[in-house]
Amino acid sequence: MTTRPVLLELRGLGKSFGALAAVDRIDLAIAEGEFFTIVGPSGSGKTTLLRMLAGMEQPTAGDIVLRGLRINDVPANRRPTCMVFQSLALFPHRTVGENIEFALKIKGVAPATRKIRALELMRLLRLPEDYYPKSVTKCSGGERQRVALARALAYDPEILFFDEPLSAIDYKLRKTLEKELKDIHRETGKTFVYITHSLEEAMVMSDRIGVMRAGVMVQVGTPNEIYTAPRDRFVSEFIGDVNIMPVRRVEGGRLRSDAFATDFTAPRMPEGFAAGHLVVRPESLRFVTRDGEAENVLAGRLYNEYALGSRIQYQVRVGAPEGAHVFIVEKLRQQAYAGALDDEVRIGWDGRDSILVGD
Amino acid sequence: MGSLGLRHALPLLLFLLLGFAAPLLAVIGYSVMPERTFGLWQAPTLENYVNVFTSTSWISFLTSLTFAGLTVVILAFACYPIAFGLARTFGRWAPFLTLLFTIPLFVSENVRMYGWVLFFIKNGLMLGTLKSLFGFEIESWLFTRGMILLGMVYVYLPFMLFPMTLGIAMVPKETRDAAYDLGASRFQVFREVDLPLSMPGIVIGLLLSFVLAVGAIAEAKVLGGQRAIPITHDIEIAFTYSQNWPLGAALSVLLMLVVGVLVVGVLRRFDLDAILGRR
Repeated sequence: MTTRPVLLELRGLGKSFGALAAVDRIDLAIAEGEFFTIVGPSGSGKTTLLRMLAGMEQPTAGDIVLRGLRINDVPANRRPTCMVFQSLALFPHRTVGENIEFALKIKGVAPATRKIRALELMRLLRLPEDYYPKSVTKCSGGERQRVALARALAYDPEILFFDEPLSAIDYKLRKTLEKELKDIHRETGKTFVYITHSLEEAMVMSDRIGVMRAGVMVQVGTPNEIYTAPRDRFVSEFIGDVNIMPVRRVEGGRLRSDAFATDFTAPRMPEGFAAGHLVVRPESLRFVTRDGEAENVLAGRLYNEYALGSRIQYQVRVGAPEGAHVFIVEKLRQQAYAGALDDEVRIGWDGRDSILVGD
Repeated sequence: MGSLGLRHALPLLLFLLLGFAAPLLAVIGYSVMPERTFGLWQAPTLENYVNVFTSTSWISFLTSLTFAGLTVVILAFACYPIAFGLARTFGRWAPFLTLLFTIPLFVSENVRMYGWVLFFIKNGLMLGTLKSLFGFEIESWLFTRGMILLGMVYVYLPFMLFPMTLGIAMVPKETRDAAYDLGASRFQVFREVDLPLSMPGIVIGLLLSFVLAVGAIAEAKVLGGQRAIPITHDIEIAFTYSQNWPLGAALSVLLMLVVGVLVVGVLRRFDLDAILGRR
């Protein structure tokens, strides 16, 4: 959490549809000017949460507090917030300029002033000025994203909500827009609350991330905290490919893996830890050729390799072919494994490179 | 490939030519034949068209256009709230209500018209009941211009309602939410988003019901008691009792022209593809 003042606070916020709790008593504080991202798989409740924050859904429990004022009953059109929708929801019968000016027109701003502001926003969002009279339906995917963002900024909201606006965009453009969005956040200084199912997207842009699962905010932290210290197995798996082994604590501060009938050196052990999962990231695993090269070593067979651009990912199978445990090892291309598929290999890691998590 | 496709399409093309184009061409041909002739091989003349404007037929034209115009105006205002409800607010009741509006279409128009007659006729269902139960003596509304209009509104309601409902249902919810989120009131959302984006449905409904209403005849005959003479009645008389096919054909051609010009004009004015964001 930064030292900036809290702008938006959720106090036990919940939304139930009958017996189903789509959002389950969430407590959260978002600071002014923060880029906060809520991530979670489909059905985790993140869109319902965002719609409550935007005023499009009424909470069934708890409060939404903006600058100290409870805004549960303030309708969406009176909240100082604005949403960029997943579909962008541009007005197809209006031009780029008319879309951007919409909120100003509703506020009764004079046409000439509206146009000046629209052109300012178009410059900020790198939209050519001659797009002003262009129909939004003639714009490309990236341009439409920019129009949607300019339209929301024209409302001059205190908080901008984003409902997975980049989910339907091809990879290359998405990467560009992620960076642009972060730049615009910096340039405008607005508070951004962004939801996505892609933790990778969240990592690139966010000051802090909240991970949701089944309506519950399971962990809130900086991208680094989420990556290096996931709270549980769900968060650690959600981050991407990981190697997970069930372990229990044994005497001497070591961890026992019954699956591999061996002990591992432990990372920093959480207080009171008795049993859980040992998480080793693919980039923390390495091929071991000499004894003593790694604290923990497992023998297996190199099953396959996958080129990922600058990196190569290896699949190593440990144990008998039927019911073998699959491990993923990731190396930079210049550190590629020199042998061949089906080689007998040993993979290893040090205790400090692993993480212990609960269920 | 092209010639193969053409050969396969030939039966359908011939069917269309015979079934659609040939009667039209015959009507156009007859409209320039001399009065009361039954052949198509005489010197063409425009006297039938002149006769339309020198006889009382132009009044029938105006009558039909006026009734059709009034019908679509009433339908537009009556149907939009119902269509809005069906598309947005009636929820699980919408299919049932849609069925209620659809059921009358299963019954012949004439049968429905006579149903109204039995309902409104002196000593009929309504007036007879009022008289016997309460002693009210009310003049029958049958055979008035208002009754013709009521009949037309009743008959053509589904043709306005369903395209409108479809048009309103096609407005994306997120687009409406976006307008509301950008500070618009409910009325402004309706004015800025719902109405323009549902315009294709409205325009189709207006055109469909106008084109059908301008060719209406049963309402004037059954409910209006010939209080107003629509142009379709003149056309029928010309082709039957008067045995003046060329005059009937000229009236038909003029009616087609008026309707055609109107339809093309409206479609040019309202670029439906542009409204829907396809162009």
